Amino acid sequence: MNKKTKAISFSSAVLMAAFLWNAQSHAAEMGDNQAPLMVADISAANTFNLNLKKPKSRNLPPAEDGIHDPENEATHSLQHPLDAYKGLPPSDNGNYVDWVKAIDEGKLRPRWDRFDPNAEPFVMDLDIVRPVKASVPDVVFPHRQHTEWLYCSNCHPAIFVPQRLANQISMSAILLGQKCGVCHGKVSFPVETKTCRKCHSKPKPADWEPPLSEATLKNPWK
Amino acid sequence: MSSKIKRNVLKSMIIGVLAYMGALGVPQPAQAEYADIVINNYADAAGMRPAVFPHWFHRIRFRCKVCHTDLGFAFKAGGNKITMAKIIDGKFCGACHNGEISWSVENCAMCHSGIPGQPTHFHGSTVQRLIAPAYKPLQTKDTTK
Repeated sequence: MNKKTKAISFSSAVLMAAFLWNAQSHAAEMGDNQAPLMVADISAANTFNLNLKKPKSRNLPPAEDGIHDPENEATHSLQHPLDAYKGLPPSDNGNYVDWVKAIDEGKLRPRWDRFDPNAEPFVMDLDIVRPVKASVPDVVFPHRQHTEWLYCSNCHPAIFVPQRLANQISMSAILLGQKCGVCHGKVSFPVETKTCRKCHSKPKPADWEPPLSEATLKNPWK
Repeated sequence: MSSKIKRNVLKSMIIGVLAYMGALGVPQPAQAEYADIVINNYADAAGMRPAVFPHWFHRIRFRCKVCHTDLGFAFKAGGNKITMAKIIDGKFCGACHNGEISWSVENCAMCHSGIPGQPTHFHGSTVQRLIAPAYKPLQTKDTTK
């Protein structure tokens, strides 16, 4: 048993003792017919944001990030992310760095070839518009930002067939790590409310109205 | 204020302090960088700490294409079955970690720096958050002892 596990089991024992003591005193008070004074009587089930677990801190140094072992000496010589991110444009999610903007603004120049620092990427500037059934704006896929980082064969033809109407893409597939989700939600910007409009960026035509569902069309009481 | 209520106030204050101290000992979920990968295909079994791959560190220096096209890394955490034998032959990490572009393999603990016992996982992954049980370091380890 190492120090950490000892400390944890000690504190949990203390916590359990505290609960038992509290419950006992509660029972005694009920017998006395007095209003009990409890620490937390409000059910935790009814608090706000039950499933919203926001990180309390961001960009922690490797030794404090919970996956690196602080007992390993070399952990302490690894670079601190915040040192590396100095001067890079910020964003609201992921690493809290806007990687695409960083390249566009020339603040970052990652190598395209591992040996040749002057090799230039093969950039293709072609936007693909994908109409969306639902009422969210249509998707514009920009090849430019993607080819700054990736090569054609990274996506074609294994993930996306390079042909119009040949790819079935849905948000559920993306959230499960397929199609765009092979990278988005893992390395490139995550899939969350704040990033919807990065892809869903082309407003529907002015005369567009959401198609009525079949249940509405067949509704006998309409 | 009757002595009973006073005693109750004192009691709840002590309980509060104890609960707070207890909460400090509870292991916190990992707050590593987005896209950090822990790779533990074989490391634990070989008596090494799992390797940690930070995407952020590498993408500052190289574009995705360098590893995911030139070096043949598949887009799958733990899916490349990297072994030290492959690395010393210049494959995968060994293409750069050879003392020429980056540090050489004798700096074992620089990569093998993860907390032992962690499974292979992708930190900050949407897929992992939605379908796999949330990874909690230390907790599983504690219950077995």
